[in-house]
Amino acid sequence: MVAERRRVGPVEAIPENGCVLVRLGQVEVGVFKVRGVLRAYLNRCAHQGGPVCQGEIVPRYEEEIGPGGESLGVRASATRLDIACPWHGWEYDLMTGENIADRRYRLRAVPVSVEEGIVYLEVP
Amino acid sequence: MADVITADTEVVSDRRRGILANARREAEARRLDEVLIVDVDCHIMETLRFKDLVPYIDHPQVRRIVERYPSFTSIIPGGGGDREVAGRIFRDPPIVASYGHASPEQLLEEMDTIGIDYAFIFPTPMLNLGMSPDVELEVALAQGYNRWVTDTWLQVSDRIRALLYLPFGDADASYREVVELGERRGVEGFMVTSARTTPVHHRSYMKVYAALEERGLPIGFHGIVQWREGALAQLNRFLSAHAIGFPLSNMIHLANIVINGLPQRFPRLRWIFLESGLFWIPFIAHRLDNEYRMRPSEAPLLERLPSEYIRDFYFSTQPLEVPERPEHLEMVMDMIDGRRHLLYASDWPHWDFDLPSRVYDLPFLSEADRRAILGGNAAELFGLPTSVARRPGAGGDGR
Repeated sequence: MVAERRRVGPVEAIPENGCVLVRLGQVEVGVFKVRGVLRAYLNRCAHQGGPVCQGEIVPRYEEEIGPGGESLGVRASATRLDIACPWHGWEYDLMTGENIADRRYRLRAVPVSVEEGIVYLEVP
Repeated sequence: MADVITADTEVVSDRRRGILANARREAEARRLDEVLIVDVDCHIMETLRFKDLVPYIDHPQVRRIVERYPSFTSIIPGGGGDREVAGRIFRDPPIVASYGHASPEQLLEEMDTIGIDYAFIFPTPMLNLGMSPDVELEVALAQGYNRWVTDTWLQVSDRIRALLYLPFGDADASYREVVELGERRGVEGFMVTSARTTPVHHRSYMKVYAALEERGLPIGFHGIVQWREGALAQLNRFLSAHAIGFPLSNMIHLANIVINGLPQRFPRLRWIFLESGLFWIPFIAHRLDNEYRMRPSEAPLLERLPSEYIRDFYFSTQPLEVPERPEHLEMVMDMIDGRRHLLYASDWPHWDFDLPSRVYDLPFLSEADRRAILGGNAAELFGLPTSVARRPGAGGDGR
């Protein structure tokens, strides 16, 4: 399959730790900027096809365990961000596209690049 | 964001809009518009229109409450728990739609988008009403809800059907609802909310079952979780309480129905269990068989094994557990005669809804089995038309 290169727009228009959803004909792609790094995924959840890229961007939760096995409480990660599908809450690591509960599932990544400050997608 | 738009791409500026649009794409990818799809469980938000119930409520105190209080939370017990996982799960429009449809028009539009021909409506906050110690409140609200639904929602379209609310706290009142409303347009049966403390084999209910059987109306038990009740109160996360609570609420009624021989007493009454998934059914069937063989003296009415009665019951599919190895689900379906007795349900717009594709994509189902579960079994059970009822070209507007 020949991929098609499509221009999205200036890189600064994509908010830090945020997303811009773009429509290219029948295909929708979420373009994310995660701590300065661009990632792009098809807007289709691996669960039931939900609009995953329209969901909430949330920090990964971590639970720390003390030396005696006791929970020291739940806190939000300072570094890891996930995207949660608004249909059912399936949650994916934004950097890798992997589902955080079941790594057999992942989002379909779309190659994204920046040239002279302009974001491009390689659309399948 | 306007400066991002180029000739190459279109930026979707409001990411919260149109979140059901993907459902239309899923339906079209499978040509589901050519398949009869009956959704035996979706939800309306009756308390959004609570004031509309007022003319239908006879009880003076309940009527005053519904007239005056904009909020229902003070009178209907809550099940407890955050369905939306701290806002990760949402609907469009926000909040309102995450609990239930606000109007018949909205429901029909969303049925077209998802690809549903007939939808059976159920209330939402009132699913917890069976736990109210105030039986007069349950009866008054049930009477109001049932008459409001039959006078309004069921008059709008033949595609909207209902299992009406049985106020099971009062057997006489339940009987009256069946007699007075059982023949009304769009009424396909009656529903018991499964969180309650009154045992369903109590002698006072026999006339209710007889009235339903006589009219050919099925009875449904809608699962629900009451997090604060009994053993569930030990569970600290809603995930656990919900996973156990829904099937547990139905399992208790199913055991009472079978072991007390209700299918022997009412052989033509059809029993439906809603919204508990499927994997609990072989568990309880095998467990009851095992114990019945050791203690048949406690169930003298039975002429067959418990599992054989259970194979005659109907179950809604949602929330369908799809395991890593689909053959495990295939085995469950075989054990409960699922190809003839499973009824597709969406539960839309609730947080664990299933699209029709959830059933359609199961790799082990034949085309005939898929069509049976998605609509054929329900059409036969309720006597619905067997042709597709959707408006051609409707839906797909992103709602």
